[in-house]
This record gives sequence, structure tokens and C-alpha cells, in this order.
Amino acid sequence: MIPSAFDYYAPKTVAEAVALLQQYGEEAKVLAGGQSLLPLLKLRLATPRVVVDLGRIPDLAYIRQDGNEVAIGAMTRHETVEQSEVVRRHCRLLAATAATIGDVQVRNRGTIGGSLAHADPAGDFPAAVLAAEARLKVVGPGGERWIAAEDFFVDVMTTALDAGEILTEIRVPVDSAHTRSAYEKVRQKASGFALCGVAVRLQLDENRRCQGVAVGVTGVGAKAYRARAVEEVLRGEALTETVVVAAAEKAAQGVEPSEDAQASAAYRAHLARVCTRRALRRALAEG
Amino acid sequence: MKKTIHVTINGREYEHEIEPRLLLVHYLREVVGLTGTHIGCETGLCGACTVMLDGRAVKSCLVLAVQADGGEVRTIEGLAEGGQLHPVQEGFWVKHGVQCGYCTPGMIMVACDLLERRKAPTVEEIRRALDGNVCRCTGYQHIIEAIQYAAGKLKASSADERGTSSGAPEA
Repeated sequence: MIPSAFDYYAPKTVAEAVALLQQYGEEAKVLAGGQSLLPLLKLRLATPRVVVDLGRIPDLAYIRQDGNEVAIGAMTRHETVEQSEVVRRHCRLLAATAATIGDVQVRNRGTIGGSLAHADPAGDFPAAVLAAEARLKVVGPGGERWIAAEDFFVDVMTTALDAGEILTEIRVPVDSAHTRSAYEKVRQKASGFALCGVAVRLQLDENRRCQGVAVGVTGVGAKAYRARAVEEVLRGEALTETVVVAAAEKAAQGVEPSEDAQASAAYRAHLARVCTRRALRRALAEG
Repeated sequence: MKKTIHVTINGREYEHEIEPRLLLVHYLREVVGLTGTHIGCETGLCGACTVMLDGRAVKSCLVLAVQADGGEVRTIEGLAEGGQLHPVQEGFWVKHGVQCGYCTPGMIMVACDLLERRKAPTVEEIRRALDGNVCRCTGYQHIIEAIQYAAGKLKASSADERGTSSGAPEA
């Protein structure tokens, strides 16, 4: 399988990359780690005339703590997120999620920014950034702006990025001593993509009452989503097994599950409930 | 549009003018002539085409050759030194980690990636490292044993090096 011919540009700065995207518009595709784009190119599901490779821009791959947030450069590889001491200490959910992506070869190449901007309905990081209540920095012709993770995913492989905009940074609030989190996933066997993946992040008080909660679900619908109905059941409650089970029942509420050769809509909805229950139990067992 | 790339492969430098759409695996096999890296599924699922790029295992069917410009590639041809099999290759031979052999170069490269990071991996860690590599013959158990053999061999050789270099007792 050979991609159709394209011109290749490897800009050295984000500004140059934005200028190229402006110049070529719809004919251009952004290349990050390439683990999703290359299969699309090879299957000729995407036939861009121009590929803009972000891989030669220095300073887009970094992880640092900045006050109450962890800042992650968009070109940071999954493997780096998984192994990062800063992420493991301050936002365990992202490290735990990164560890489940694809396989080691994909984690060595794939990037967090690429995964989010690609917005595959079965991608793992979308669920994690929703549950982590991350904010995403994008740079475009009009300068930079921030988008809340919840507003970022619009539809199948469609995000809130405007033409000419590039995702450059992901910022995640740091864990406190009261934070509990987990990512629970059922994998599609061959690809490792999520048939369903549920990320939960809880803030508990001394009595293990739920003071804050965010639940992100991927693989089920056309886009990753916040399971608000689950969160409502949990918020303010002491998280007993009964409450957990009742909350998880609402994991696919208001969502139209996808149906394809991998799984029926009913099965995806079932997995959403099962994964939510497991993720909540695992998060609570954290300590 | 053609691009000139400079790539170091198995310690040797190459310069070629290529089309940007050329995949790294096709570059290695058809332009450089290193056919030890196999093409299996071509969809990024089977791992047969795994090589090391800048020290990490990647699927060379999911990397453009232009992305390797300025980089360092190691393929199965670059493992043996002076006619001496690399410990991982030796492990696959001694433990019969090979049947038809098609997946073997990819398996060996991903094992090298693991053993460069984990000196004594557990069986679980080995299984996890092999997650992206498909073998349709052996059922994996011999492959796991081959990697365990290699880990033991590498450990023994690094202990030898320490033994010969540390003459003086530690303070």
C-alpha cells in the first residue's frame, strides 16, 4: 500500500507551519507521529496534496509542571507521557491511559497532540483529557487561544480546530492528595483501539465523599464525551458500591452508540456501563 | 517533489533522493537493499517491519522515509557483530523461537527495544512488549523463552565486563 503523491514540508517553527496551512488550506494535512495519518494515507482515505510535518519543530515535545498544572507539548510521544515522573506524580490518569495505547511501537512514535487532533472516536487520550478537565492551546493565523477539552471534540475525526490552527499544548490540573483516577478499557484485539474506554477522576474528602468528578468515555459514540449523567449520581455522595453501580448504569445515557463490524450499539452501551463501573472501583481502590 | 535524505543505517551513512510518500520499510528494502526487514500486513498491525529508529522500536510501514532524515536506523542486518550472533538472535536460535521465520526480524527488534530498557524483564513485561507483533506459527511461548535467554546472556556479559574492569575494591 502506497500513499498517493504529496509535497512534503518540514517547517522549523509553529508560525511557519501555520503559514503553510493557510497557504494550502484543505489540500494540506498535518503530520505529527503519523500512527493514524499514515494508515489513512496508505488506504488513500486521505489524499492530501501537501503534508506538513511538525516533527522538525523543536520545543513542541516537553513535559513540565507549571503551578497548578502540568503542561505537555503536543509532540510528546505516548511512551514519554507514560514514563514521565512529572505525569506519574501529578496526573496519574494520563500516564495510565498512555500505557494502554496501541503497542510499544505505536507508543514510541504516536503523540498526544496527534491523538487529540485526529479525534478518532476510539482514541484513548480523548477520554483522559475529558476526565482530567484539560485545556488545549491552539495556535493559528489569529494568534493563540485555549479550548476546554469538553469543547474540543465535535464529531467523528472532527475537532474545534479552525482551518490553519495547530494544537500545541495540553494543560492538565495537578492531582491533589484527594484525587483518585483510573482508565478502564476493552481493546479491539488487533489494533488496540478502544471498543470502549472510560477515564474517571474523582476528588474525595476525608470521608471519601465525592467532592468533584469527571468521567470521559471513548469508543462508544461518534466522539469522546463527558458522561454528565454518571457524574451527577456521584457528586456529593459517599461512594459506596451501590452508588457506583447506580452511577455506571448511566454511562451511555443520551448517547447514540456506534454500530459496526467490531460491536453492536447495544454491546458498546453495555461496555460503557461495565468499564465505568470498573474504572470507578479501581479509582476508589487506589487508596 | 523529491527530497534528499541522509540516514545512518547500521552504522553506515546513506544519501538518497526519494519521493516523500516513500515508506521507511520500502526505502530499506528497495532503495538500500536491506530485505531482512519484512512486510507483513502493511496496515501497522503485525509488527513484522519493526526496526529501531533513533534507539526506539517503530513499525517502518508507519514511518515515512523523510521522517528518518538525519536519524539512525538499526535493522536486523545490523545486530550480529563479526559473525557473532546478537544475544537475542542466539536466543531465538537456541530456544527455537522461529518456525517459518517471517515475523522473526520484527520480534527480535522489539525484543532489543525491551532489553535496552529492562535488563531483567518479567514474563508479563515481555508479553506486553510483544503486543504489537504477530506470529502465526509458534504460539509465542518459545519467543518468550528466547527473550528470557537473551536477557540472561546480556546480564552475564555485562557482569563479565564489570568483573574485568573493577580491579580495585570499592571504597
